[in-house]
Amino acid sequence: MAAMTIALDHYRLSARYWRLLALLALFLAGGALSFFAMEHWGHAITGMSNHIVWGTPHVAAIFLIVAASGALNVASIASVFERVEYKPRAPLSVWLSIALLVSGLAILVLDLGQPGRLTVAMTHFNFTSIFAWNVFLYTGLLALAVFYLWTIYSPFGKPYAKAAGVAVFLWRLILTSGTGLIFGFLVGRDGYGSAMLAPTFIALSLAWGLALFLLTEAGLEAFAELVPLTDLQDRLRKLLIVFVAASLYFVVVHLMTLAYFERNSAFVRFLLLKGGQFTAVFWLGYVAIGNLLPLFWLLNKRNQPRRSMLLSSLAVVLGGIAFLYAFIIGGQAYPLQPFPGYEVVASGFDDGQVAAYIPSLPEIGLALGGFALAVTVILVGARVWPFVPRRDG
Amino acid sequence: MNRNDSCRDREISETDRSRRAFLASVATAMGAVSLAPGIFLMSVGHEVAAADEGVRRASASVRWGLLIDATRCRADCDACVLACHQENGLPLPQSSADVRWIRKVTLRDPKSGAERSFPAMCMHCAHPPCVDVCPTGASFKRADGIVLVNRHTCIGCRYCVMACPYKARNFVHAPVTTQKPEVPRGMGCAEGCTLCVHRVDQGKEPACVAACPTGALLFGDLNDPHSAIAQRVRELNARPLRSDLKLDPGVRFFGV
Repeated sequence: MAAMTIALDHYRLSARYWRLLALLALFLAGGALSFFAMEHWGHAITGMSNHIVWGTPHVAAIFLIVAASGALNVASIASVFERVEYKPRAPLSVWLSIALLVSGLAILVLDLGQPGRLTVAMTHFNFTSIFAWNVFLYTGLLALAVFYLWTIYSPFGKPYAKAAGVAVFLWRLILTSGTGLIFGFLVGRDGYGSAMLAPTFIALSLAWGLALFLLTEAGLEAFAELVPLTDLQDRLRKLLIVFVAASLYFVVVHLMTLAYFERNSAFVRFLLLKGGQFTAVFWLGYVAIGNLLPLFWLLNKRNQPRRSMLLSSLAVVLGGIAFLYAFIIGGQAYPLQPFPGYEVVASGFDDGQVAAYIPSLPEIGLALGGFALAVTVILVGARVWPFVPRRDG
Repeated sequence: MNRNDSCRDREISETDRSRRAFLASVATAMGAVSLAPGIFLMSVGHEVAAADEGVRRASASVRWGLLIDATRCRADCDACVLACHQENGLPLPQSSADVRWIRKVTLRDPKSGAERSFPAMCMHCAHPPCVDVCPTGASFKRADGIVLVNRHTCIGCRYCVMACPYKARNFVHAPVTTQKPEVPRGMGCAEGCTLCVHRVDQGKEPACVAACPTGALLFGDLNDPHSAIAQRVRELNARPLRSDLKLDPGVRFFGV
């Protein structure tokens, strides 16, 4: 097959573009309203409690941040592994990563109890905290990604493009490890506390990021009314299969590790069998929709390749959100064990009880606002800079 | 330059002088207005500090701790919980979003069927996970082992609540209206038992200890081998909860 010539272009203005931005503005306004409501009345108006302190906003924020790392897959393949055919897609890959990271961080900051103290977080550091390290890892990735874009576009930057690509690649692996270790370094929670979570989050990021990249590219093509690019379709399909399978493998190994240690095994039973909404979300959302369905679609060559890849990407994204919901909120709903070996007869703080959680409107509003921010940043960026790959001629 | 020009220059410089004088007096007045309250408060602060000569300073030679004797604690008594809430200006909890610095629990040993009641609170660990994970260092351990939250640098990320294995850290979900001057609190911050640090610094024992009608709670210096608590901990071989985590809690239990 002759190689397809691809040029980069600005997103072309159309009525659709403005309509989409207007729709996104509604979600952004909803996010802002949710933030101000939580800021005014406190987190008491959310579904969170002193049993579950990280709720739906954290699910959205961590999904976006982990996916931001994986969105760089295509750029990394182009720069680190020197596959020139991926190069036209590298700018979109980097910009998508920036958009996801900025949006994830925005949700995290707006969900803080004291969001006005962002300057405190940027000036006071406790380096035994992985959170403090993450402040540098997140801002560092943003800076490196912007530098990498400069090396791609500027003739002065070209000589540094390879070095920038490698730096971004290594940085994002460390960043995703750092995000996984937010949970890996928790000693008291039976569902977390494992170094396995660092590679698990890296594997998850590869799948989620690639899925979001494919959806973003297809979305831009559809809205700009471009002829869809199909040159790398089969390779990206195989890559998505590998990433989905790898992430499922790491999740299974993490759960098996927990199940093997008696002190953690009850949590695995809870998540897989007795956790109510969390068990349902894990099996139906993560395992079935997030893994089995995309693997079935992607491996079945009789399916229309482009449609099956996009449907699979959507399923991987939904499955990712489901995984984090079950993992983050389910992990907190499962009771802490300050008194191992005893049955709790009575407690003034619901010891031994599975905590209840229903996502509230402000939490959902903030989460959706974050996703809307990511799409807005992508759209505005694609209008201002030539990110959109299109068939040349 | 003609004569008229030089007159005009003189007039302008006169105008300039008077404008500068006006600006200088405005700047002085504004400076005085903005600095005076601060200077006044500093002087008041020094006076208050001078008046508090009786306040003990935190010392690394001391390790404050609690001994909780579950064999003396009655299941139907919650005097310690009520005293804590009253002392620290905490409203009584209505929902799981409300804070609890101390809680009563009743446990049953599944093998023997024996039941025990006791209060649980922040364990004031020597190696506190809440301090390790706090990104800004707002969660901190004093030299004397009391684990506290700096309300000025807590950003409300709740990572400490996630990290505490004893369910002892809480997040203030709702506006606070019942604060006491000696126990600063506020919405959007994490908090937990302070071991009544404001009382301890005045040489008093925590409110829960003072309120316990059965003597199930004992407060003192674990570092001093002659203190009542150190002797009793030795005598009873009182142990911490979750000793497997090796956090070296300052709260020890007997009968659990």
